[in-house]
Amino acid sequence: MEELKNENVVLSGDQAGEQQYLTFIMSGEEYGVDILAVQEIRGWEEPTLIPNSPGYIRGVINLRGTIVPIMDLRLRFGLREAGYTATTVVIILKFDGNNGERVMGIVVDAVSDVYTIADEDTRKPPELTEDDNSDFIKGLVNVNEKMVILLDVEELLRLNTDFVQESFTQSEQ
Amino acid sequence: MASILAVDDSASMRQMVSFTLKGAGYQVREATDGVEALEIAKTETFDLVLTDVNMPNMNGIELVKNLRQQDNYKFTPMLMLTTESAGDMKMQGKAAGATGWIVKPFNPDQLLSTIKRVLG
Amino acid sequence: MSVDLSQFHQVFFEESFEGLDVMESELLEMDPADVDDETVNNIFRAAHSIKGGAGTFGFMPISEFTHVVETLLDEIRGGKREMQAEYVDLFLQSVDCIRGMLTDMQGGNEPESARPAELRGQFERILGMEPAERSEVPEETAGDDAGGWLINVKPHPGLLMTGNEPFRMFREVRDLVGEEHFFAEADVSQVPEFTSLSPEECVLTWTLRVTKNVPLDDIKVIFEWVEDDCDLEYLPLGGDTDVASVSEEPEPELASAAPVIATPAKAAPADKAQKTQKKPSAEGSSIRVSIDKVDSLINMVGELVITQSMLGQLGQEFDLSRLAKLREGLSQLEQNTRELQESVMKIRMMPISFAFSRFPRLVRDLGNQLGKKVLLETIGEQTELDKTVMEKISDPLVHLVRNSMDHGLETTEKRIAAGKSEEGTITLNAYHQGGNIVIEIADDGAGLNEDKILQKAVEKGLVPESTHLTPEEIHQLIFLPGFSTADAVSDISGRGVGMDVVRRNIQALNGTIEVKSHRGVGSTFTIRLPLTLAILDGQLVKVCNETYIFPLVSIVESIQIQPSALNHVTGSQYVMQLRDEYIPIVRLDTIFGLREKDDHNEEMMLVVVEGDNEKIGIVVDDLLGQQQVVIKSLEQNYRKVSGISGATILGDGTVALIIDISSIGRNIVPVKRHQTRSERAA
Repeated sequence: MEELKNENVVLSGDQAGEQQYLTFIMSGEEYGVDILAVQEIRGWEEPTLIPNSPGYIRGVINLRGTIVPIMDLRLRFGLREAGYTATTVVIILKFDGNNGERVMGIVVDAVSDVYTIADEDTRKPPELTEDDNSDFIKGLVNVNEKMVILLDVEELLRLNTDFVQESFTQSEQ
Repeated sequence: MASILAVDDSASMRQMVSFTLKGAGYQVREATDGVEALEIAKTETFDLVLTDVNMPNMNGIELVKNLRQQDNYKFTPMLMLTTESAGDMKMQGKAAGATGWIVKPFNPDQLLSTIKRVLG
Repeated sequence: MSVDLSQFHQVFFEESFEGLDVMESELLEMDPADVDDETVNNIFRAAHSIKGGAGTFGFMPISEFTHVVETLLDEIRGGKREMQAEYVDLFLQSVDCIRGMLTDMQGGNEPESARPAELRGQFERILGMEPAERSEVPEETAGDDAGGWLINVKPHPGLLMTGNEPFRMFREVRDLVGEEHFFAEADVSQVPEFTSLSPEECVLTWTLRVTKNVPLDDIKVIFEWVEDDCDLEYLPLGGDTDVASVSEEPEPELASAAPVIATPAKAAPADKAQKTQKKPSAEGSSIRVSIDKVDSLINMVGELVITQSMLGQLGQEFDLSRLAKLREGLSQLEQNTRELQESVMKIRMMPISFAFSRFPRLVRDLGNQLGKKVLLETIGEQTELDKTVMEKISDPLVHLVRNSMDHGLETTEKRIAAGKSEEGTITLNAYHQGGNIVIEIADDGAGLNEDKILQKAVEKGLVPESTHLTPEEIHQLIFLPGFSTADAVSDISGRGVGMDVVRRNIQALNGTIEVKSHRGVGSTFTIRLPLTLAILDGQLVKVCNETYIFPLVSIVESIQIQPSALNHVTGSQYVMQLRDEYIPIVRLDTIFGLREKDDHNEEMMLVVVEGDNEKIGIVVDDLLGQQQVVIKSLEQNYRKVSGISGATILGDGTVALIIDISSIGRNIVPVKRHQTRSERAA
């Protein structure tokens, strides 16, 4: 286990205590996710609707034989809907959780950059409101005088707790 | 490295024996009964034959008897895997030409140290 | 060198369970009065392997118990004893007992000990054995105080022919005591003239001097294999005892020398057993695949590679003149893919004999318990089906067989009175039909009693009084929830599990069950199942530009209807009269929240499906084609969705969801629900 950890550190940055982040733009803000969680980046394609799913789950797509749900991050964060164009980007994230590996696509406006960020430069997000979006935020960091919001991929991909099972089976009981 | 023919109808025993021997650097060929072993022994030679006694089609004693009659197996050590209860099996095995026996149950270390007595 | 034995446990369990199945079926087929050697040998070998493996892999309770079973079998095999009906029963009970212990240990638990101890007592009584105590190996006696040993080894000429090598044994003695305590001398006086020397003979005599006090048994064990091929003499060196010579007497020595190697093994596996207990082996499910199947797969992959390289080449320099070639290549690819898919599916296929094999025992035991004479016939045991389907159908089958024996077959007296043969017959029949496997469970008993069933159904309020039903309709009533024909809940089939559960289990596998019965002649239950759970025959439908898939097996009919044919009952719940029955109608667009509001004015398609117990009509926009689809999990990356059983990928690469008929059917009631849904949607 000890060895594994070390290897991760080497992979994620040039030195210990550093991590690489892929950043993307949404509504003018820059967000970052751990680059090790990024499986691939794709263009937008129309997904297949899932009945009775929350609005921010746009449906599922076929990713080389695997059924992968697509989440619109704008809608998830309560931002204004932006519509989908040929330049809309889907980032496929993979997270290895307790219940096995989970793959999900998130829809963002555009991919921005890759930064190497030292852990010590990361600040905790201010605990502002009861706005539940803050659960997703792992930290804030300044890169070239700009603020980047680092997201917690595990929280982002966690589905079962963040909305009540909304299905026609249970709606009446 | 020495090559060994391991014969047992039980897959778990065969795997255990084979894994242990390979781990110690021996080359191992597996057979599931005496008939198969005899077939293999016709085309390849081995430095040691390790065989279970109770097997379908051809048992270990018959196998040893058959092998011992072949010229290139005249001096080859042949060990039988027997159980402690089978005293006369050992005598039958010896009579058939077996070199010795390994008493079941055995663990990998015992297997290797016994094999060292005839190969090494 | 340390080898982790737990990696072989799974194989050991699997082969032991198989061995028990062999023992069981051989025992059941055996006529104790006329036993052939091969049968006993097969049973003995199975027991022997289990014992050996259990000992090696540290499952001592199993090894110890199986030892007494094996001992009795060995005596029968060796002709010391005759097989008896009593033994057969005891062996069968032992099979169950070992199976139970294996299951416990596989789950990482300590096996139950009362049952093995009881059975073991019975074996020991038969064998005339003293109740076994775990014998401790006696401490070595003579020579304890000796200062060392003098060992005279005079090999017989044929020693080398046994594959033994004196030097290797000497070296082992040296390793045992250490170089400084080991001295060897050769006596060359017996060596013949060089010209008459035979290289295959051993002619030297050796004297080994060991100047260290080691237990004699440790030395003897080294020469154990050659006791009959040498003259061996052990003399104590300068000890305080006055034992002049411990000379070799081959006969008794063999018995005492043998356990020496066994000794350390007893201690070592015990440690292992504890380890096993701490870390239960994760029960990874595996299948055995015949080499033929694997070879055919490899062939097919080979063909696929050829097709792929052909297409690749075509793609590099493509122009329209080669269109025909491209088409040809693509159709070849399609064929390769289909064949490959079929072969891969075949890997999961196992003959149904795996499920049928438990019935001879079940029928035998149950027949004794019920006092009924029953003959079991099995037909089509080689019919193959998917391993997962087989595992899931096994319990419903057991229930149906129990049911037929308990309720279907009459008692012997009644059968004689009815002019039937004394012995009842249960027939299990399996065969393929289309893409399905059909399993029939037939009995030649009394048949279903329509009057009694109807009366019961009325009593339970399942059907209104004074309903007129055809016999076939009455037969269907036994599948209703809450129905049980047994007057008293019997120990055999009335364990709180009714036919409705059997039916639900079968439906969960996308299968169906029906019953045909004739009074006085018997009943036949017919189960139809898809061959595999990985593939589904689907009907594609269109609703609001979305494509959904209905399992073909649950579709009764599809009809075109006018919206006016639908009647409101309460709120937005529709029903429709279909011939002589009213069926509830579900609108897929509404329950899936696909359409803003009710804008159905033109014709629509109604797919009538058979849900849990009744028919429902599902309204869709259009029917598309039918095709086989590969079922993919939606839960893996998302979660379970009500009304949806899974997803698949269509020919154009898009995802289509598969409708879960029973979950939609179960949610018909309460009726008000749809109102809520459409209000929310609006």
